[in-house]
Amino acid sequence: MSFINYASREINCKIVYYGPGLCGKTTNLQFIYNKTAEESKGKMISLATETERTLFFDFLPLALGEIRGFKTRFHLYTVPGQVFYDASRKLILKGVDGVVFVADSQEERFDANIESLENLKDNLEEQGFDLEKLPFVIQYNKRDLPNLSSIEELSNLLNPRKVPELEGCAMTGEGVFETLKAVAKLVLNDLKKGG
Amino acid sequence: MLGPQSSLVMYDEEYQRILLLLERLLRESNSKVIFLVDKNGQLIAATGETANLDTTSLASLTAGNIAATGGLAKLIGEKEFSILFHEGEKDNIHISIIGGRVILVVIFDQRSSLGLVRLRVKKASNELAIVFEDLVNKTEQEAMSNSAPSPFAEITDDDIDNLFN
Repeated sequence: MSFINYASREINCKIVYYGPGLCGKTTNLQFIYNKTAEESKGKMISLATETERTLFFDFLPLALGEIRGFKTRFHLYTVPGQVFYDASRKLILKGVDGVVFVADSQEERFDANIESLENLKDNLEEQGFDLEKLPFVIQYNKRDLPNLSSIEELSNLLNPRKVPELEGCAMTGEGVFETLKAVAKLVLNDLKKGG
Repeated sequence: MLGPQSSLVMYDEEYQRILLLLERLLRESNSKVIFLVDKNGQLIAATGETANLDTTSLASLTAGNIAATGGLAKLIGEKEFSILFHEGEKDNIHISIIGGRVILVVIFDQRSSLGLVRLRVKKASNELAIVFEDLVNKTEQEAMSNSAPSPFAEITDDDIDNLFN
């Protein structure tokens, strides 16, 4: 959970990007990394295979600025999306403050999205979290591709709770910062409530 | 002991106590760098030759490392592996878990030895564990008494929007 440091007047929060394999979690982080000013970001770490598939996690530390005299830092993580890396995925969710679910909008990945979302719920439960109570947003990624499920269809299935949902194209960066902002807002609001 | 889900709160007084303990451990163990990380990957404190070190990345990877070996431990029926040691050509890393939630990382070279580091870490761990106990008690008391309202209670939507401008 968040780390409030009165000594250095910092607040640190952890956000995890979750979703099926090849949905664009790492691409989201890469875009944020490329578009963020040098002084606001740390090094991006990718623990990936030789074929650039995420093996353990990607990590990107961001300093967003100050709120009420406290430096606000967000640590962004992605999980490995491939089904057989489930043991690693569980570990990344430890101490999470907010979750972004990156859905792959392509028709043929419809089932993979559902499977991954179910997996997210199960793994959160194992860590003692309830997705219903956690800051959570959904990004419908790859909206630039031709064979898409409609937003309505995706939303009905993946977002019954109607959490903030955004359309995105992580390759061009469309919706990427909007997604980050949406989840950061929920996390900070949670903090405000003393969560 | 800190629960896995409680927010970690650090106050000035405890931070200074921790720094003193880390600085003493640095001297007594003849090591290069020492840092303390929350199991979730947040850097708590660092001392020694940190100038050319990316401590944020180190913190995150250390936590990942502890999480992965913790997973391995469970698979073979162990609770956790409380000490990890990585040996390099010049520098070595000694990692240990304190009080179930905090990770102590000691980086040392040939000026020290694994034996010395283990010995000193053991002593410092007990003292650090006491500080973290105090910290948990203090956090609980603050939460109960509500005397100092959270500085975030007054956050407005505008504050949040400003972060992204």
